[in-house]
Amino acid sequence: MGAAIEIEQVSKRFKLYREKPDSLKERVIRFGRIEHDEFWALHDVDLTVDHGQTVGLLGHNGSGKSTLLKCVAGIMRPTTGSIRRVGRMAALLELGAGFHGDLTGRENIFLNGSILGLSRVEVLRVFDDIVAFAELEEFIDNQVKHYSSGMAARLGFAIAVHVEPEILIIDEVLAVGDEAFQRKCLDRIKQFQREGRTILLVTHAADLVRQICDRAAVLDQGRLITVAPPGEAVLAFRDALLKRGSELPDELNDPSIHATKAVTITGAGVAYATPDRAHAEPGEPCSITLRYHAPDPIDDVVFAINIFDQAGNLLLGTNTRLIGAEIGRVEGDGSVTFEIEHLPLMDGIYPVHLGSHSWDGGVSYDHRAEKDVLEVLSHTQTHGTVYFPMHVSVDHQPR
Amino acid sequence: MPHVTNSLRASNARDALNAREQGSRRPGPFRRAGDVWRYRELLINLTRKELKVKYKNSALGFVWSLLNPALYLVVFYLVFQVILQSGIPYFPIYLLSGLLPWNLFSTGLGGGTTSITSNSGLVGKVWFPREILPLASIGAAMVHFFLQMLVLGGALIVFRYAPSWEYVILVIPALVTLLLFLTALAIALSAINVYLRDTEHLLELTMLAWFWITPIVYTYDQVADRIGSLYLLNPMVSIVIAFQRGIYGRTSYDTAAGPVKIIPDASVWWYLRNLAVVSVASAALLLFALWIFGRLEDNLAEEI
Repeated sequence: MGAAIEIEQVSKRFKLYREKPDSLKERVIRFGRIEHDEFWALHDVDLTVDHGQTVGLLGHNGSGKSTLLKCVAGIMRPTTGSIRRVGRMAALLELGAGFHGDLTGRENIFLNGSILGLSRVEVLRVFDDIVAFAELEEFIDNQVKHYSSGMAARLGFAIAVHVEPEILIIDEVLAVGDEAFQRKCLDRIKQFQREGRTILLVTHAADLVRQICDRAAVLDQGRLITVAPPGEAVLAFRDALLKRGSELPDELNDPSIHATKAVTITGAGVAYATPDRAHAEPGEPCSITLRYHAPDPIDDVVFAINIFDQAGNLLLGTNTRLIGAEIGRVEGDGSVTFEIEHLPLMDGIYPVHLGSHSWDGGVSYDHRAEKDVLEVLSHTQTHGTVYFPMHVSVDHQPR
Repeated sequence: MPHVTNSLRASNARDALNAREQGSRRPGPFRRAGDVWRYRELLINLTRKELKVKYKNSALGFVWSLLNPALYLVVFYLVFQVILQSGIPYFPIYLLSGLLPWNLFSTGLGGGTTSITSNSGLVGKVWFPREILPLASIGAAMVHFFLQMLVLGGALIVFRYAPSWEYVILVIPALVTLLLFLTALAIALSAINVYLRDTEHLLELTMLAWFWITPIVYTYDQVADRIGSLYLLNPMVSIVIAFQRGIYGRTSYDTAAGPVKIIPDASVWWYLRNLAVVSVASAALLLFALWIFGRLEDNLAEEI
């Protein structure tokens, strides 16, 4: 598969005018030269997105991620470097950009459709689907200025996904509408992924990145600092944010940030049934051991474990309290082992997150993420995610 | 891509046909023109939008587009016929045959110049060939023009006024030339206005002056008698007199002091030659406009 988007050495310079010299008078006074500061919003960014991949862009406000997206979408032209795109693109930088309040929803669908490159015939073909997706059947002949912002955003998203783009560019637009609609948008995006379309999206939601991205790129002050699998990238993003001392967005405000380190997790290991193998077979036992260190005695510690699949879906989340295991008082070093009798998973690599917190979960002590994995290799040709031990019974009825 | 839908395949094939590799380099004028052509449906929709929005909540709607020339007609009739006694027979028809193409030019250029700045929301958020915006303003002006021409045609029938059939064909090349000239100017000015907002104000003054140096309320010969064919250096002169020759048709009228010339009594070829000169110059200007548009487009989204 070739590249759908190739970003090579892209830099973008903005001129910041102290006073915007819109008037001829000022230009004449200054002989056409206008004092301005230069500001590089992007520095030598290289990024390749292969066909069918979903790549997330993470970055703090002003890191240049929206500028990069605009360059990819063709709205801005990079000062240096080049961007190549292959295939039909729909860019969602703002839902309902180009909606005109005086026109009805129906008229806006046709107008917006053609802005995104659809012909009238193509819009007619998907018109009913758009209206149904946006859930605006009753209001479609009302002027858009009477719509709520959620309704307008729904309509905008509905049009964009019905353009059937090969490349979809999304800028933090999924945070609209109620939860049900967000669910629907996400389903649509997953359907896009199954259909082999390419997606480049900007988001603050670390969860979303873990859930849908194949890779994520982190921008910091216009420089690309990491392109990595989602989990690693989210960590790099968090580090970058911490370094600059900025406020963390809620999604990133996970327990490890405020961890009190009363019980730290010093290490962890996975043990499989056969010690010389670094993997388990489906249905085999395995165990995960975490080592802790408690500088002072603690009475109420609970150790937690989360097991994910590679797409970031949580497969199992539990802790010693829920399991009913008594930890008691901890002090100094020790270890806790989670034993799994039959690992009900098929082939794959499954990230494991570990944590320690207080009995009621109110205080986080420590957090260990993106470091441990369970690996499962199957020697059978049975495939899937979940392993059900299965027996076959045959009942032949001889004539 | 195992599960690609049919429609995606179809568009794949179409794009492969275009051999579309979207680079970030500046596309040349011909490539830009090609992009506009591929987005022609958007052009139609934006034109429609402009017309719809303009008259959305007005009771009279399109009648307004006819009231403007009607008012001009009344004012100029009173001033030039009644007060100044200019004596041009069928003055309303003479006036309208020059005023309507002029209105197309001035509303198209006025709307075109501000088209990008007034659609900043769109320009900053979506990609499409930006030239579509000034072109849509011209499209809207053309719809008004054709409506007004229909009314003028109706007036000709009511007054049983026959244009000179030999010359009426001039209207078509004159309109084409006008559109070419208008397009070139509108595309260039629309981009310049983003950087230099004085453009739109300067244009208003320029258009006022330009109106009076074009033979619309007076006649070509009143100026040409003094400066000769230098007058044709104003491209609008060639265009307007071709419209007048085609629709109004009378080249002179008799007075007690002898005949007075109105429009040059020249052959169709003389008119066509003038139009051809303007067309060629406009085509060159259009290429230049597309080129400068491409350069100014570099920072369009952030300057707006």
